[in-house]
Amino acid sequence: MIAARLQSGPFDPAAEQAALLAGRTDLGAAVQFTGLVRADDGLAALTLEHYPGMTLAQMQAIAAEAAKRWPGVLGSIIHRHGRLLPGEPIVLVTTASPHRGDAFAAAQFLMDWLKTKAPFWKKEEWANGTTRWVEAKASDDAAADRWA
Amino acid sequence: MMVELLYFAWVREQIGVDAETVALPANITSVAALLDWLASRSPGHAAALANRSRIRVAVDQAFATPDTPVAGAREIAIFPPVTGG
Repeated sequence: MIAARLQSGPFDPAAEQAALLAGRTDLGAAVQFTGLVRADDGLAALTLEHYPGMTLAQMQAIAAEAAKRWPGVLGSIIHRHGRLLPGEPIVLVTTASPHRGDAFAAAQFLMDWLKTKAPFWKKEEWANGTTRWVEAKASDDAAADRWA
Repeated sequence: MMVELLYFAWVREQIGVDAETVALPANITSVAALLDWLASRSPGHAAALANRSRIRVAVDQAFATPDTPVAGAREIAIFPPVTGG
């Protein structure tokens, strides 16, 4: 089971991991990835737009695909939307499994697909009021295509 | 046939609205034909849709290709390549 959540507020990585592991004695590996707002070129803020009707459903489809490929993996994915400041967390992927290989692989898959198959768009904003929409990267497409 | 069009990110900004309901002409049967028809609606539409390699489409909330049929669709979203994560 891999859960998906979409929210504007912050998340607590330690609590997410603890919730996955609670009551389990069969898990030997827990992996966690947090994506953060990086202040490239003096960036003042990053706004994440999403498609209200589709984004959560698409995140759930990505989670279901990971659960199908790695049946022994437990996990959760959380993606934020709205205006975020440098240093704030954007996305959290938490996985756990009996052995580390599956937990690492599922976490990487989840991030690669979130970046390329979930309808989010990032708009950068600088202190002088300039804004710019982030362009999609070919390297992200290549990372997602590894799992095809 | 009426269809709800949704726009996101810079596509929304260039067209100037986040949604519009349009009556699709019967001869508009594919995503590619829809984009051609939309581009003729206003200078904002034309600018937003000028470079089709930078446009992605979802028909009834499923990612589409230029060949995807639009007949009977209730909601069609038009947006740039996604940049989340």
